[in-house]
Amino acid sequence: MSADGSIRDRVGDIPTPEFSSTPVTTAPALSRARVAIVTTAGLRAAGDVRLWQPTDGSFTVLPGGARDVQLSHFSPNFDRTGFAADLDVVYPVDRLEEMAAAGEIGSVASRHLSFMGAQFDATFSTILLDSGPAAARVLREDGVDVVLLTPV
Amino acid sequence: MGVLARVFEEAGMATVGLSLVRRQAENIKAPRFLHCQFPLGRPLGRPGDVAFQTDVIRRAFALLDRTDVPVIEDHPVVIEDEADLAASCTLPPRHDPDLHPAVDEVQGLRPAYNRHLEAAGGATAVGRVAGPDGIGDLVQRFVTLGETADLAAAGFDVDTVLAAGQDIRAYYEEAGLALSDHVPAARQLETWFYRHTRTGQVVRAAAKALETAGAERNAWYYLLPGNQHG
Repeated sequence: MSADGSIRDRVGDIPTPEFSSTPVTTAPALSRARVAIVTTAGLRAAGDVRLWQPTDGSFTVLPGGARDVQLSHFSPNFDRTGFAADLDVVYPVDRLEEMAAAGEIGSVASRHLSFMGAQFDATFSTILLDSGPAAARVLREDGVDVVLLTPV
Repeated sequence: MGVLARVFEEAGMATVGLSLVRRQAENIKAPRFLHCQFPLGRPLGRPGDVAFQTDVIRRAFALLDRTDVPVIEDHPVVIEDEADLAASCTLPPRHDPDLHPAVDEVQGLRPAYNRHLEAAGGATAVGRVAGPDGIGDLVQRFVTLGETADLAAAGFDVDTVLAAGQDIRAYYEEAGLALSDHVPAARQLETWFYRHTRTGQVVRAAAKALETAGAERNAWYYLLPGNQHG
């Protein structure tokens, strides 16, 4: 089994909150949508060298023009060389800019957000009740219609 | 990530997520996932491949029209990590016999690290505890850690030893990128570092010493990837 396969086996059934329904919002036509990236890669703005703690359910705001973001995820259990070679393989901000320039999407958000996945809090209470709604407000204030979520 | 999707949908934004662990995506019941059986750490699949990355995003956005939620579609391409096949990077010859071999190796790799830094426009993951000039000192402290199993004696606590471990790994992996004529498959440089370099041996020995001495689990377990222990 591959190294990633072992991890997938181990984390695949970590308990998650149980939900009885699935909330869903209808997206506008993609050619009119304003799109943001929200990643759980644990990215920080340049110069912020703090390692993200596994109990930290907060988020960071990444300026849309920034390309010198830092991968600050605490876990060593994933490949980091792809990101070191090309940040778009985790944080596809250039791909969205190209799609906006081509008219495939309406526009790209002026800022994107990062949380860190692999949180130790299996209830996700901070993200569900506090930082998640706060992040949603940041995105809505920027007129975001569609969110592309990327993990590591 | 699926929890965030739920929060954002409730706030009036449509979401689509890229999934790397299918069972997690199934369990959380977020509305739309494109499952990408790609290496962990590479959710868009292929670094430097603009067409492939754009195709991944297009496939994800196509799910926004689906109303039969929760929906999980599988990307048709599977890409596996290659941790079992270390990258082939030439290591520098021994230069300064007065230095620990691992520290000497760090100095010898500096030109390669610098080439990566230039190619990356100055972006680097090195610098949490020490910049590139301080990596040799960090490695020397890991040598002490392996000999003493004492974080304080090596000048660390749990947080700083993990951050220092990431600095050292990043220094080697970024140097390794410069020594390769292409971006190696996922985890090949990781295995090169931990299994084929003197510094990798030092880091693994330090983790083993901490484990054997009964140190706090986080201090040794998260010092290196799980598959690189032992």
